[in-house]
Amino acid sequence: MSIGKHVLLVEDELNIIEALRFLLSREGWHVDTHSDGATAVEAIRKMRPTLVILDYMLPGKSGLDILTELRKDPDFETLPVLMLTARGQTRDREQAEKAGVSRFMTKPFSNTEVITAVRDLVQLSR
Amino acid sequence: MAREALTGSRIRERRIMSGYKQAELARQVNISASYLNLIEHNRRRIGGKLLLDLAAALGVEAAALTEGAEAALIAALRDVAQTAGVTQAEMDRADEFAGRFPGWADALAGAHRKISGLERTVENLSDRLAHDPELAASVHEVLSTAASIRATASILAEDKDLEPAWRDRFHANIDADSKRLADSSKTLVGFLDPETGEAASVSSPAEEVEAFLTIHEYSFDGIETGDAKPADLVEGAPELTSTAARQIALGVLHRVIEDSGRVTMADLTDALADHGPNPVALAQLFGVPVACIMRRMAAMPGLTYGLVVADRSGALLFRKGVPGFVIPRYGAACPLWPLFQVMIQPATVLRQRMRVPGRGGALFDCLAAAEITGPTALNAAPLLEATMLIVPIASDDDDRTEAAVEMGASCRICSRQACPGRREPSILSEGF
Repeated sequence: MSIGKHVLLVEDELNIIEALRFLLSREGWHVDTHSDGATAVEAIRKMRPTLVILDYMLPGKSGLDILTELRKDPDFETLPVLMLTARGQTRDREQAEKAGVSRFMTKPFSNTEVITAVRDLVQLSR
Repeated sequence: MAREALTGSRIRERRIMSGYKQAELARQVNISASYLNLIEHNRRRIGGKLLLDLAAALGVEAAALTEGAEAALIAALRDVAQTAGVTQAEMDRADEFAGRFPGWADALAGAHRKISGLERTVENLSDRLAHDPELAASVHEVLSTAASIRATASILAEDKDLEPAWRDRFHANIDADSKRLADSSKTLVGFLDPETGEAASVSSPAEEVEAFLTIHEYSFDGIETGDAKPADLVEGAPELTSTAARQIALGVLHRVIEDSGRVTMADLTDALADHGPNPVALAQLFGVPVACIMRRMAAMPGLTYGLVVADRSGALLFRKGVPGFVIPRYGAACPLWPLFQVMIQPATVLRQRMRVPGRGGALFDCLAAAEITGPTALNAAPLLEATMLIVPIASDDDDRTEAAVEMGASCRICSRQACPGRREPSILSEGF
């Protein structure tokens, strides 16, 4: 596994996973995926990716709860997290920002937006 | 409003005067009760054979239903005047206004009806958007599928050197997602627009029961006399499509049997004439709980009383609205309602004069009482059921000077900004 360019995609929509996996792989990323919210934090701790793309609404546990739990761990305080969501309300965005999200993006997004955000977040974290 | 648009109101007046239930009259003229309900609320045009059949069933000339719209028009103008807060002196001249300027009167009444309809739509949609979990899931499904299609389509459009295997795979994904999007969009439209005909398949059990009760006007003579059985009535109700709705409706009908066994409508009618609409006095007279009297008063034909029942969690178990008083379908109601206050004093009956915030400011007397419904257990608060009777105060009532507390339906659709009970911002501006 490449340590420098490793993204974990936590998403439960199979066709979104497939499209994003293709796009990011083409950009040179190693892409792992995880679809269960309940075990997502455990997966992140185990895989220790460079960046996480996290869906807001997941089965088992919400993306917001996953993010909150993640930020409590000193090892993941600064891990770049791009949150994708169908919930575009200001309140949801504010909650995600309070929980420590690095970037918040509403569905439907463009591929260019995702790729640009991923590049920006990695550069900022260096 | 065109004069013929008021035909439905006159059919409704004549039916009530004749003592017919909506379902009975509908059966006589071979239409569904729900269609008759639409006609009576002037939401369907009527003419030809159906008009003649209805006139015959009601024992009147068809012309009596299509002409003489003035009474309904004047009633509508009075409603406009009350909403706008004009003086009583001006309100009393509504008939003069309708006589001198019939075109303007029609236009004003029509505009008022349209605004009222739009307000109801805003309230219902806002209520649903804010609180309905099924709608939230439906919106999420549409947006997620759109995201998937957009991401996949962009790859196909932008990557000219895509390998055939990947291209085929992405085409298949788009095909599957587009079908999913079509289905989820249709479901979403059904949620938002009941007129599409899809609403029935996405109605909640509570909405189905409400439709059932509305068709029967919250009154079940056959059940009370024993001529009809709850199971048969529920089984024959096409609006009760889900098992949950049928179960809730059965519970309502069994309570009607229980209540009517304690207080018959005939006895209540006599007692109301002697004692007036005082649930506490009537409860003492019949030796029954105040909540039982409230339920009976709300079910009484000819009385336009509303009723709402809640359990200890605040969930609304029963809703019978009255014009001007919105009872939220989803989410929590106004915490100022005596319905909730009475839960901490189960032995007390509260009466509160309330004014609906915003334009119109309709007045109501709300009477609330709570009954213990669960078993007594050590160190455990009992389960409760609170009941609130909603009594409209007429515009010409002498008693309108009593101080009233402003209370809305729920925070989201209440315009009272400076409210101690506010949970979330309102979508309505002050004075809406």
